Amino acid sequence: MMNSSPAVSIAGLRVKRGKVQVFDGLDLDLTPGRITGLMGPSGCGKSTLIRCVVGIQKVQGGTVTVLGLPAGTPALRRRVTYSSQQASVYTDLSVGENVTYFTRLYGLPSTEADRVITAVGLADQRSQRADDLSGGQLTRTSLAIALLGQPELVVLDEPTVGLDPVLRAELWGIFRGLADQGITLIVSSHVMDEANRCDDLLLMRAGRIVAHTTPASLLIESGKSDPDEAFLELIRRDIAGPRHSLDTPNEAPVSTPRHAEEDQR
Amino acid sequence: MRLLATAGRVLSQLRRDPRTVAMMALLPMLLVGLFAWVMPAKQFAQIGPMLIALFPFIVMFIVTSIATLRERTSGTLERLLTTPLQKAELLFGYEIAFGLVAVLQAILVVTFAVYVCGLDIAGSLWVVGAMAVVNALMGTALGLLASAFARTEFQAVQFMPVFVFPQMALGGVFMPRSQMPDVLSAISNWLPLSYSIEAVQRASINVTGWDLNRPLLILVGVTLLALLLGSLTLPRRTP
Repeated sequence: MMNSSPAVSIAGLRVKRGKVQVFDGLDLDLTPGRITGLMGPSGCGKSTLIRCVVGIQKVQGGTVTVLGLPAGTPALRRRVTYSSQQASVYTDLSVGENVTYFTRLYGLPSTEADRVITAVGLADQRSQRADDLSGGQLTRTSLAIALLGQPELVVLDEPTVGLDPVLRAELWGIFRGLADQGITLIVSSHVMDEANRCDDLLLMRAGRIVAHTTPASLLIESGKSDPDEAFLELIRRDIAGPRHSLDTPNEAPVSTPRHAEEDQR
Repeated sequence: MRLLATAGRVLSQLRRDPRTVAMMALLPMLLVGLFAWVMPAKQFAQIGPMLIALFPFIVMFIVTSIATLRERTSGTLERLLTTPLQKAELLFGYEIAFGLVAVLQAILVVTFAVYVCGLDIAGSLWVVGAMAVVNALMGTALGLLASAFARTEFQAVQFMPVFVFPQMALGGVFMPRSQMPDVLSAISNWLPLSYSIEAVQRASINVTGWDLNRPLLILVGVTLLALLLGSLTLPRRTP
């Protein structure tokens, strides 16, 4: 179920979007079978990083290896699933029609549609049109599609944004269930109190990884009692001098954040 | 399988939107009826066959450019391209779905033009109807391509007058192409709608063989070229 090679391995990644250099030599390894929370303020590069992992982002340099293959290769299209920030479903179709269409694209039996719809708790809304759903139900429809088949890596861009706490807790319950089956998850969020629900944390700021740590180590490192404060503290340190932000040891699988000026590859 | 799933999905979306279906199915028919009513019978006999080909083209062009633009902007296209779906399956899925609607549309418009408006067609009604379908398919393919150059639905609808009206003026609706100034007639040789009009006119006066097949082949060629170019506007990786 698990193996020691990283689920995602990124080396020297350089991405430019428009005139903005989003990444300039980013390196990262993600441990399989864990929920990695991708945290950071809006515009820090979370979505771009996610798009690179899924293989839909044009990159200027570096390598992105996912489950041992270059990101975006056809063989990964069944093994990696993705749900973008906007719930990418057909709003003029029902929940069932949306999920069934994608089930057929993956060549899966129709029972698979029933399974994922039940898994996200939308069995009662199955025949409801997507544009009649609440925001949370819409997100869950999009999530259901990302659960189709047996993905090994599920990549979710801000799946809980704008949802109420009860619903967020439910979704995190689903994510935890997936991780318990050995699935690797990357979940981005800018709500820091969700950090505690992750196994690993990637804190990003301005296209760099400020820390790659665990929720527990984050608090120890920063000397703060809640993740919000801890994140702000790490960002303050990062602004003061990037090199000091990760000097404290921790037991988490850590890939040292590197910066453009240090990375001369 | 993925191809038919896609065609089925597009049809389900249409089914949820009765007004658009009504427009696709009934509008060409009603417009032909209107022309028949305002025009003297002799003039309508000339223009009628062209309308049978042109209106399905225009309607499909608009509907497809907006439908596929929605696919591009709603994030569903991006999602589709992360699944095993091939681009050709997506494009031909649209063609099949709209092609089926076009068949219905052609049956209605030809039947209405001939039996209600009294349009006299010497050629086979099936061949004339097939011309309407070919034109609708070309409208779908060009609409797909055009959607790549629009950022909003507002921009997408603007393509219709820009793209269609000059072609109607040059294509021989108002004046035979052979009687146009040389420059305009030369330009019209490069416009797909010129061949739409040529093909349906010839089919309606029972021209067969190469004289009919040549414009028909050009229309099929334009359709395939537009689909090929359309697939290039669907990159899996975007900046």
